[in-house]
Amino acid sequence: MSEVVRDLKAFAKALVYKNAPKEEYFKRGHRACQGCAPALAIRYILKAAGPNTIVVNATGCMEIISSPFPYTSWGVPWIHVAFENVAAVASGVEAAIKVLKRKGRLDPNKRINIIGLAGDGGTADIGLQALSGMLARNHNVTYICYDNEAYMNTGVQGSSATFTGASTTTTPAGRYSIGQGYWKKNVAEIAASHYVPYVATACPSYPLDLMNKVRKSLEIEGAAYIHVFAPCPTGWGCPSSMAIEVGRLAVETGVYPLYEVERGVWKISYIPPKGLKPIEEYFKTQRRFKHLKKEVVEKIQEKVRAHWERLLMLEKMTNTEEFKEKFVRPFYEVQI
Amino acid sequence: MANIKWTTADPKGVLTGAHYLDGNHAACEGALAAGCRFAAGYPITPSTEVVERFASRIPEVGGVFIQMEDEIASSIALQGAVWAGLKAMTVTSGPGFSLMMEHIGLAAMTETPCVFVNVQRGGPSTGTPTLPAQADMMQARWGSHGDYEIIAVSPSSPQECFDFIIDAFNLAEIYRVPVMFMMDECVGHMTEKVIIPEPEKIKVVERRWTDKKPGEYLPFEPDDDLVPNMVKAGDGYRIHVTGLTHDERGYPAATDVTVHNKLVRRLCDKIYKNAHKIWKWEEMDTDGAEIVVMSYGISARVALRGIEMARERGVKVGLLRLIVVWPLPEPRIREIADKVKAIVVPELNVRAQVAREIERVVAGRCPVIPVGHAGAGVHDPNDIYNAIMEALK
Repeated sequence: MSEVVRDLKAFAKALVYKNAPKEEYFKRGHRACQGCAPALAIRYILKAAGPNTIVVNATGCMEIISSPFPYTSWGVPWIHVAFENVAAVASGVEAAIKVLKRKGRLDPNKRINIIGLAGDGGTADIGLQALSGMLARNHNVTYICYDNEAYMNTGVQGSSATFTGASTTTTPAGRYSIGQGYWKKNVAEIAASHYVPYVATACPSYPLDLMNKVRKSLEIEGAAYIHVFAPCPTGWGCPSSMAIEVGRLAVETGVYPLYEVERGVWKISYIPPKGLKPIEEYFKTQRRFKHLKKEVVEKIQEKVRAHWERLLMLEKMTNTEEFKEKFVRPFYEVQI
Repeated sequence: MANIKWTTADPKGVLTGAHYLDGNHAACEGALAAGCRFAAGYPITPSTEVVERFASRIPEVGGVFIQMEDEIASSIALQGAVWAGLKAMTVTSGPGFSLMMEHIGLAAMTETPCVFVNVQRGGPSTGTPTLPAQADMMQARWGSHGDYEIIAVSPSSPQECFDFIIDAFNLAEIYRVPVMFMMDECVGHMTEKVIIPEPEKIKVVERRWTDKKPGEYLPFEPDDDLVPNMVKAGDGYRIHVTGLTHDERGYPAATDVTVHNKLVRRLCDKIYKNAHKIWKWEEMDTDGAEIVVMSYGISARVALRGIEMARERGVKVGLLRLIVVWPLPEPRIREIADKVKAIVVPELNVRAQVAREIERVVAGRCPVIPVGHAGAGVHDPNDIYNAIMEALK
C-alpha cells in the first residue's frame, strides 16, 4: 500500500500567490458586488489558463457583471449562451476546433483552452443534462462551476447546490422550514462518475491550489470538471471583507473539502492538520444559517463528518497498487 | 349539463384587506385565493417574486412549492400535481416560457387544467430581463407544436393581477385547458393599491369531478360543452393519461385518423364554440367613436394618455381593452370596425402579434394600424396620439 503524498508546504504557499502570472485576462471595472469570490475565482482561472483561451459563459452573475454594454471585462474570446447549454456550446466549439486543426486551417500544435463557465444553478440544475453529455463524450473542455450556492443573479433563490439549512428566498426559513431541506447536490462526484480524466474541487481562498488545478485540467487530454466554491457575501449575509475567510472556513470545517479525482484516483488536497473545525464556526459567519437551532446544526455536523470520512475511505481505497492495477490501468489505458 | 360547481374562496388563502403590492405579489395572492395549492417554479427575472411569495406563504395556507431544476421540470411538475388533485401553476418569463412549450402542448392534449404565468420581458433569447415586452402573445397561443387552443388573459394593474388570475384559474378548470396569464415586467413590478375582498365574495370554480361511477366513466368523454369531466388518481377510476392521440377511454390511438381528427377538432372547438363565455374586455367611449384603440396589458394603460391628448383636440376616440386576449372577441371587433374610421393597436412587439389577428377579424372593414414597439420600455404616448391623428386622415 502506497502512502498518499501530500505536500503541505506547497499548500501553505497557496495562501499567497506572488509566483502567479502577472497578466490579467479578467479585467477590473466589472460590476461584481464587493467581496465577490466568484469574480476573484475567474481572475485566477484566467491567469492560469492564459491568453489562448475561449470562455463559454452561461447566464448568471458572472455573465451579467462582466459584460454590461458597451464594456467587457474579458481579455479572451468570450461567448454568452443561454442558461442551460454552456456545456453543449463548449462541445461545439471544441469539435469545430478539432476539425479546423485536422484540416490544417489551425495549427494542430497550438494549444487552445476551452473553458465552460457556469454557476451552481447553471450546472447543478438546468445545465446538468448538457454537462453530462459533454463529459460522457469526453470533449477536451474544462468545465468550471462557480458555486455560490444559490441563484444570486435573480436575488438569492435556492438551488440544488444550496447548502442544507441555508435560508434563501425560495427556501425561506421560518416556523415551517429550516431553509434548504435536502443535502447539497454533489456535482463533482456526478462528474467523476462519468470517468472523465480529471475532476477537482477548489476555492479561491486557496489561489495557487485553484490555479494549479485549472492548469492541470487544461493540460490533460479530455473532459475535466472543476467545482469552485465561491462565497457570495451579498447572498450569504456576511461582510464583504469575509469572503476569503468564509471560503477557508468551509474547507477547514469539511463543509467543502478540496480534492482531486485523477483517472479514478481520489486525493484530498488539504487535510487540516489539527482536524476538522466544528461547522458552527463556519455557520456563524453567515446570516443565511443564523436561524438554525443547535440540534439541526448537530445533525448537519454528523453528515458533514460522514461525508468527510467517506472521502478519506475513497482516497485510501483508490490509492492502492491493487486499485491501480485492477481499475485505473485497464480502464484508462485501454483504447477501444 | 356541464358539471361546473361555483363556490367561494377558501378563507385560508385570502388576505382580505387593502394592500400595497406589486403585480407579481398580487398575482401570487390571487392564485392562493383561487385555490392554487401547488406551484413549481424556477427563478427568472422579472417573475421570481411570484414564487418567492408563494414559497413563504404556502406553508401557512397548506400546500406545496417546489423549486424545480429548470422550467421544463416546473411546467410538468404542476401537471403531476393537477392529476393528483390540486390546483397548480407555474411562473416564468421569456426563455423559461420557451422551455415550457412542449408541456403547454401536453397540457392541451391531456386537457390538464393549469395556469402558466408569463411575466413578459424583451427577447428573443435572454433579451432584456429587467424590462417589459408583450412579444410572447403568439407564442402563448401557438408556441407548442400541433393544433390546439388555449386561453390567454392579460392584466393591466396589480389589482387586475389579483382579480384576473382568479379568472384564469376558473377558466382553466371550466375548460380543462392551460391558461396563459400574460403579465409584463411593468405590471409585475408596478406597486399599487390592491384590495383583496372577503373570501365569500371571491367566486371560485371547483374541479369538474365526474358524477359517474368507476366502470361507467370515460376519462375523455366530452360533456355537452365539449369538455370531459375529471377524476384524480386514487379515486378508484381507471385513468390513462397520455400525450399520444387517445380515444375517449384515454388509450392511445396514434395511427387512427378518425380518432385524431375527432380529438384535435374537439380540443380547438371547446374554445371556439365556448368563446362567447370566455371573452372579457372593457370599453371606454366606443359609442360614436371615430377611432378605437384596441390594446391590452400595460400598453392599454399607456394608450389612455394618447387617447386623452386626442380627445383634447376634439377627436372622438374610444378604447377597447382586451382582458382575455385569446380567444379574441371577434363579433364585437367586427361591430366596431363597421362603425369607425380606423382601429389603432399599440402593443409592445414589432410584429403586430395581436394587431394582425385583429386585422384578420376586421377583414377590410376599416384600416387596422399597429403601433409597434420593440419592448424594453413602454410606448411614448405621443406615438399613440400621432397614430390616432394619422388614422383620422
